[in-house]
Amino acid sequence: MATVEFRVAERAHIVVDSDVCRSCTTKACVTACPANLFAPTSDGGILFNYEQCFECGTCYQVCNGEGALTWTYPEGGHGVVFRQG
Amino acid sequence: MPDVVVVGAGPAGSAAALAAARAGAEVVLLERGPFPGSKNVYGGVVYGRVLDDVLPGWWEEVPVQRWVTRRQTMALTGTQALTLDFRTEAWGKAPYNGCTTYRADFDAWLAGKAVEAGAHLVTSTVVTGLIREDGRVVGVRTDRPDGDLRAGVVIAADGVNSFLAKEAGLLPRTQPEHLTLGVKEVLALPREVIDERFGVTGDHGVDIEVLGCTRGIPGGGFVYTNKDSVTVGVVVSVKGLADAKLRPEDLVADLKAHPAIAPLVRGGELKEYSAHLIPEGGYHQIPRLHDHGFLVTGDAAGLTLAAGIWLEGVNFAIGSGLAAGRAAASAVASGDVSRRGLSSYRKDVKRTFVLKDHKRLRHAPDVVLSPRVQQRYPGMLADLVEGVFTVVNPKPKPAWSQLLRRAAKANDVRFHELVVDAVKGARAFR
Repeated sequence: MATVEFRVAERAHIVVDSDVCRSCTTKACVTACPANLFAPTSDGGILFNYEQCFECGTCYQVCNGEGALTWTYPEGGHGVVFRQG
Repeated sequence: MPDVVVVGAGPAGSAAALAAARAGAEVVLLERGPFPGSKNVYGGVVYGRVLDDVLPGWWEEVPVQRWVTRRQTMALTGTQALTLDFRTEAWGKAPYNGCTTYRADFDAWLAGKAVEAGAHLVTSTVVTGLIREDGRVVGVRTDRPDGDLRAGVVIAADGVNSFLAKEAGLLPRTQPEHLTLGVKEVLALPREVIDERFGVTGDHGVDIEVLGCTRGIPGGGFVYTNKDSVTVGVVVSVKGLADAKLRPEDLVADLKAHPAIAPLVRGGELKEYSAHLIPEGGYHQIPRLHDHGFLVTGDAAGLTLAAGIWLEGVNFAIGSGLAAGRAAASAVASGDVSRRGLSSYRKDVKRTFVLKDHKRLRHAPDVVLSPRVQQRYPGMLADLVEGVFTVVNPKPKPAWSQLLRRAAKANDVRFHELVVDAVKGARAFR
């Protein structure tokens, strides 16, 4: 990940409601996220780090929990910057 | 108030802005990244002939990495590789066939063409929603202060996740069964090493598409050459990936370690790792393309062609974008931006490759991503060829029919399944 440029915004563009995640049996986001940003916590929730997000959308596509993920784009000019995509 | 607002300065959006501006419309082209292409990723080849009419001689100035003159389709098992290898010098000179590029360069170049035509490019601006009145789209909201922007027509070229098409009710919020995830690594290698390993010289390059390298998850892999780097990656079904509980970067690592691929990428220094979703649902998943005051184009409209031996997207984005731009400008000029006034867009894409190719190949994604094609046929074909070329003296050569039976059995393929799939394949790729 050190190889990719991120212009990190102050606001988190993805917010995870860990309370909803606790009832999720699949937690598909943990393995499917290509940036490996979702970590399961010991109490069955999900810890999420938005700063090195590729903004691809895989997490909300595989998410089972209604309302677990609030997914928007980072504010204009922020987030990932691909140079060789 | 601009005549046309285009959301997203990828190939679809820039083509739309270019066409609309050329047709005399006042155009604003919005891009959420700091520059066009900064959010974009592709999987190997841009086919540029779609630009022939609008940018004659485009190949003189397009930011190309290499012109693809060698094309391979490879079926892998853990220990085998069966490769169809084709090369032609014809693809190495004008008008060329396809090129590799970096999207930060290519997309910025095409957006520049829209600007030259008179479009106003505004970067670092996120469109947060549509402005609607009486069931018509009349503009967009942005994350700029006082950021509402009204327009005659809004063109959604906001990519695979198109929140605008979703808000307009044209795209479902989630459809993991019709999306694939592409992940790739760009590996730096000296130019002469790439030339030697891939058997090319000068600005000629190679594109390799791979089947059977994704641990049974529907999808495939790819390797292609840039000037002084090699890109390697996989594309896998989002649903399949989630169900398999595998990490995408592990699949890339598998591919890089395969005996047929490892010698090509060995020693490459990782320059960038990237990921992007691809709409691979094909013809049946293409949404309604327009509404009152609103057009959808490119990936937002699901126009990526993923038909096994043909994997194209940027050209479909440009083709649909040009059509959208023309339709928007003519609707504005005629004073009718209703669904009826914009219907020339649908007619236009229907009579060009944009929908014609998709319609013709509408059964292809199902065939290509089917379990047998993905999991059993690569092994069966490789075993068959291994049988053909393995000399088993002192025994005599086995008959073809015996080799085929043996290969089918070893890979759990039944004869009637072969017949069914042959018929399906012939129909899908007619």
